[in-house]
Amino acid sequence: MTTSNTADPIEEQIGQWRTYLGRRRAIHPADVEELEDHLRGQIATLVDAGLAPDEAFLVAVKRMGAQDAIANEFAREHSERLWKQLIVTPDATDAAGGEARREMLVVFALAVAAGLAFKVPGLFGLEIDSNEGFYARNFSLFVLPLLTGYFVWKRRIGPGTRGWLALAFAGAAVVANIFPFGTGSDTEALLALHLPIALWLVVGVAYAAGRWRDSVARMNFVRFSGELFIYYVLIALGGGVLVGLTMGMFEAIGIDAERVVEDWLPSCALGAVIVGSWLVEAKQSVIENMAPVLTRLFTPFFTATLLIFLATMAWSGRGIDIEREVLIVFDLLLVLVLALLLYSVSARDPYAPRDAFDFLLVALVISALVADGVALAAISARITEFGSTPNRLAALGMNVVLLVNLGWSAWLYLRFLRGRSSFAPIERWQTAYLPVYGAWAAIVVVVFPLLFGYR
Amino acid sequence: MDIGKDLVAASATPLVLAILAEADTYGYAILKRVGELSGGRLQWTDGMLYPVLHRLERLGHIEGRWGTSESGRRRKYYRITERGLAELAEQREQWQTVDAALRNIWFAASLPGGWTPAPTPS
Repeated sequence: MTTSNTADPIEEQIGQWRTYLGRRRAIHPADVEELEDHLRGQIATLVDAGLAPDEAFLVAVKRMGAQDAIANEFAREHSERLWKQLIVTPDATDAAGGEARREMLVVFALAVAAGLAFKVPGLFGLEIDSNEGFYARNFSLFVLPLLTGYFVWKRRIGPGTRGWLALAFAGAAVVANIFPFGTGSDTEALLALHLPIALWLVVGVAYAAGRWRDSVARMNFVRFSGELFIYYVLIALGGGVLVGLTMGMFEAIGIDAERVVEDWLPSCALGAVIVGSWLVEAKQSVIENMAPVLTRLFTPFFTATLLIFLATMAWSGRGIDIEREVLIVFDLLLVLVLALLLYSVSARDPYAPRDAFDFLLVALVISALVADGVALAAISARITEFGSTPNRLAALGMNVVLLVNLGWSAWLYLRFLRGRSSFAPIERWQTAYLPVYGAWAAIVVVVFPLLFGYR
Repeated sequence: MDIGKDLVAASATPLVLAILAEADTYGYAILKRVGELSGGRLQWTDGMLYPVLHRLERLGHIEGRWGTSESGRRRKYYRITERGLAELAEQREQWQTVDAALRNIWFAASLPGGWTPAPTPS
C-alpha cells in the first residue's frame, strides 16, 4: 500500500468512523470491516477521480449514509442482535477464542471432578444412606475447593495465597470430621449449615485474588454471589425438568430410573456450582445483573408487608407468639432484608443523588429492625424458661450479627438521607462486615460442638 | 432525477442477484456496477447495500466468504447459489411482466389522441 503524507489523517478519520460504527449493537465487528472495505474502495475511486483524500473521505462517508440509518437497517435485518446473547465461546479464529475454549475445558473438568469426588467416599464403604451425617457435614468440601481452584487458575494466584487457601480447606476438612457426633446431633446439623458459609468467604478470598482487603473487590464478590445464586436456581430448574422427563420416559418403558437419578443427582448439583460460577464470570460485563433488578422489584412489596405487619400488631395488640421456631423466622426476615439492602447498594451509583428508593430502603430496614426488636424482647423474657440449646443459641447469635449490621446500616443511611455524609460509608460498612458472617459461622462450626458436648 | 425509495428498494434484490450471476464479487464492486448499468442515475445509499446482502445470504440466495483484497485487507466476497439463480429467474419474470405492461401503456399514451383520462365517477 502506498502511504503518502496525507494518508495518515485519513487513516485516523477512518479509525474514528469505524469506532463510532462499532458501538452500534446491531452492527458486528465483521460488518464494520465490510463497510470499512467499502469506504476505502469509494475513497480510492474518488481520489483517482482527482479529489483530495480528505474531500474523498467526506464524500465517501456521506454516500455511505447516516450511521443511525445504517444501524437501523442492520437492526431490521438482524433483530436478534438487539438481544444480548451470552457467547461463552467466541470464534476460535481470534486469540481470545482459544483462551475461552481452554477455560471451558478447565471448568468442565473441575465440574466433573466435583461430581466424581462426591462418589469417592462411597468406594471406601461410606454409603450415603447410612452416613447421612458425613455427607451433610462434607458436601461443601466436595465442590468449594475445586471452585477455589478455578479462581486460583483463572486469576493466576501466587503460591503464598494458594498455600493459605489449601490450609483453610484442610483445616475445615479436619474440623468437619474430627468431632464424635452422635446420631441426630444438633451441633452436627449446625456445623453442616454453617461450614459452607465460612468456606464461601474462603472462595471469596480466591475470587478477589489477593485484593480481599479491598472494599471494591469485596463488593464484586457480593455481586458474583448474588448472580451465582440466580444462575444456580435457573440451572436447578432446568435440571428438575430433565430429571422429571427422564423418570417419566423410563417409566413409560417399565424401567425405574429413580435409583440412577438419585445416585447422580448430588454430583450434578455440585458440578453445577462450578458451571454456574463460570457462566457468571463470563457474563459479568455482557448481560445486566439480575439480582439488583429483583431487588428493585421486591423491595416495595417487602416494605409494605412489614409496615402492614407492624401496624396490625400495634392495633390488634397481639404479641408475637413465642414458639421455638420464631427466631428462625425472624433470622430469615433479617437475611432477606439484608440481601435487599446489599444488592440495592451493590447496584447503586455512589454519586447519584438520593431518591425515593433510598427512602423506601430505609423504611424497609427500620421496620425490619422494629419487628425483630419486638421478637427479641419477647424471646429474651422467656429465654431462661426454654433453656439454651445449640439451635437457639445459633439462631440468637445469627440474629445479633444481622441486627448489628442492619442497625448501623440504618444509621448510616439516615445520615446519607439528611445530607450529612456521602453514600460511600454505607457501601464500605457492608463490605467491611462480610468477615463477621464468616467468623460467626466459624464459631458455630468449631466452638459449638465443644461447648455443647456434641449433642 | 431521484428514483423513489420504494422503487430503489424493490429493484435492489434483482439487481444484486443479477450482478452476482455475472461473477462473484464484493460490496463496493456491486455498487459500482449498479452505477455503470444505470449510467449513474440509480443512486443507493452505500450503507444500505449490506443489510440487503445479509438478507439474501440469510435466505440462502447468495453465499459470503472472507477473502483478501489486492491491498491485502480482508474483504467479503459474495457468490450466487442455485437457489439464488432460481430466485433471479423468478424476479426477472415478474419484472418483465411489469415492464411489458408499462411499455404497453407508454405506447398507448403516445398514440394520436394522447391520454384519455379515465372519467371520474359521479
